[in-house]
Amino acid sequence: MTTTKKNRKKPVPRQPMPEQKPEIRRRNFKEVPEGYTVELAQAEASRCLQCRKPGCVAGCPVGIDIPGFINLVTEGDFTGAIRNLWGKNAFPAVCGRVCPQEIQCEGKCIVGKKGDPVAIGNLERFCADYEREFGSGELPPTSSTTGKKVAVVGSGPSGLTVAGDLIVKGHDVTVFEAFHKPGGVLVYGIPEFRLPKSIVAQEVHFLERLGVKVECNAVVGRSVSVDDLFEEGYDAVYIGVGAGLPRFMNLPGENQIGILSANEYLTRANLMKAYKFPAVDTPIPIGKNVVVLGAGNVAMDSARTAMRLGADRVRIVYRRSREEMPARTAEIHHAAEEGIEFELLTNPVKYIGNDKGRLTGMVCLRMELGEPDDSGRRRPIPIEGSEFEIEADLCIVAVGSGANPLLTESTADIKLNRWGYIITDPKTGKTSKKGVWAGGDIVTGAATVILAMGAGRMAANSIHDYLTWGW
Amino acid sequence: MFKIVRREEMAGGTVILNEIEAPKIAGREKPGQFVLLKANEDGERVPLTMAETDPEKGTITIIYMVVGRTTALFKSLQVGDGFQDVIGPLGKATHIEKIGKVVCVGGGTGTAVLHPITRAMKEIGNHVITILGARNKDLLILEDLMRKVSDDFYITTDDGSYGRHGLVTDQLKDILDREDIKQVVAIGPVPMMKFVSLLTKKYNVPTLVSLNPIMVDGTGMCGCCRVTVGDKTRFACVDGPEFDGHQVDYDELMMRLQSYREEEKVSYDKHCRMNG
Repeated sequence: MTTTKKNRKKPVPRQPMPEQKPEIRRRNFKEVPEGYTVELAQAEASRCLQCRKPGCVAGCPVGIDIPGFINLVTEGDFTGAIRNLWGKNAFPAVCGRVCPQEIQCEGKCIVGKKGDPVAIGNLERFCADYEREFGSGELPPTSSTTGKKVAVVGSGPSGLTVAGDLIVKGHDVTVFEAFHKPGGVLVYGIPEFRLPKSIVAQEVHFLERLGVKVECNAVVGRSVSVDDLFEEGYDAVYIGVGAGLPRFMNLPGENQIGILSANEYLTRANLMKAYKFPAVDTPIPIGKNVVVLGAGNVAMDSARTAMRLGADRVRIVYRRSREEMPARTAEIHHAAEEGIEFELLTNPVKYIGNDKGRLTGMVCLRMELGEPDDSGRRRPIPIEGSEFEIEADLCIVAVGSGANPLLTESTADIKLNRWGYIITDPKTGKTSKKGVWAGGDIVTGAATVILAMGAGRMAANSIHDYLTWGW
Repeated sequence: MFKIVRREEMAGGTVILNEIEAPKIAGREKPGQFVLLKANEDGERVPLTMAETDPEKGTITIIYMVVGRTTALFKSLQVGDGFQDVIGPLGKATHIEKIGKVVCVGGGTGTAVLHPITRAMKEIGNHVITILGARNKDLLILEDLMRKVSDDFYITTDDGSYGRHGLVTDQLKDILDREDIKQVVAIGPVPMMKFVSLLTKKYNVPTLVSLNPIMVDGTGMCGCCRVTVGDKTRFACVDGPEFDGHQVDYDELMMRLQSYREEEKVSYDKHCRMNG
């Protein structure tokens, strides 16, 4: 018993990533986790069992060779590790930070059955950060040019994945972005403290070095149409424009001053850098008493942004209970650590304002959970007579988004479902219009960065087949 | 960069004209549509409806009143300078059809927005009656351009320094009393559009207004520009900027335009300190 393999090697615990202390970080916009050192990364990598049939790979939407890259980290071959990652994922610096690993790779990790799973996301991030800081900057090999032109509409995670995949296959790729900066949700949606914008810029720059052209301020559907793109000589078009239509509560008083969609609030803070106002010109409302409606990742991002902008009190108001909150566990945990309060089983019914039309509070109802609904979650039911008022001078509505019709309205031959999302072939990403593919949130509705990347990967393969052999 | 090729000051330097190189936009623009402009890296995105485009030269023309930090920054740009970003054309184009007699009412820099619409209304064969209003003679803009595209032309000033002494609504009422007007287009300060709409409603004359709420993305993504039209929330950037004047909640629009009044003051004070 004493001579078994287990006892010869002392088990290494999961290496926590150093991070800024909650009481410090809740008032700044610097990134929260600070990243692994080489020593921490190698200690963590040594925990991987190198399974023959790795569950983690099956759990990854883009099928990264996880044991492979982790083994290279253990051996200290960080260049090899990043090249291995790039084989399946063009943006490891982003995915290492924002993927919900706990329900994907790490959720399937054997080590996690009895203890904490291997910190795959942290290791992925380490490899990307190491390459950025110390790497050679050497580009992956690309095929000879095919002379085929591809237009990618939208420069979010799915569009960038398509661009990255097709440029290395030798196609001529142009990405069209409606905003003045590329990156889509990575730039306007996810805050600096979770994903530094310099990293996104560098990932886009990486694609540009590979030959991808990025055209900003191009609103496809208004400044140019999908049919125009074909007329301009593009052979294939990929649509990855995101969901992009904010949902409101449709409650009385919602157009008063101090009520913003999360899209607006985060775009001001992230894309326009309004947290630096008045050093920059775009303002953002500073709330003392902030209420965020909703409990997804966007709600957490909004709440944590409001805290950093100097709020005295930030409350998440959510109609279900903590168990049903759709945000990542890590985000909820980070938010709670920073002093965000959770007003659960609570639903607003009305906004209250003053005579200047400024928000002063809201009337809410307490809820209880009934039978499961269509989504499998227990349906919240209002408790009669439970009305109460909460004070608020800023309310951020983060209850999801719908399909923005700007592009699809202008392209009648792309079939949509009844919610306005684009219908695609689930195996290829092809739309009903010849030569046009779609993927990401405009197909699935609001989802995650990595799922959008997975959709992009699938469509890119199909586009390559089309450009090689036909529709 | 989107280079400024022509710059004019009007109304005693309170209103600025910039003709900007933007060939892609110039080739597509239709009357009533707008662009978003951003001067530099740290600048704000500001929506302005185009006053003129020249597809052959590849230019668009914007005319704006200097009211705060961003427009003061725009004003400081000279010929040869440029805007870092110009996005457009955005919004829905004006529905132009031949219907008979049309009255176009302009106030302030709204006249700039009204010009391409008035011209299109005339070109399609309508009888166009134009009324321009200003506080005084010095603040009146684009008189000659507007006169050229109108069959009948009236001016009102609040102080009587030019044209009729009174408001645009005084002149409009006289016209509505004596003529069979099929459509009114009113573009100018929110109170002007509100009172024109109240008047034309009494006469049951369809009235189009162009709204100017605060915007961020201009593509329907943020909802900052939401306006109540006929008890429904609409986004001016994608559903507008033009709406049925009889259905717009002007009081709410005026209120929402005040959202950042304090911040705008802070920003403008800083601008003034830095630029003397």
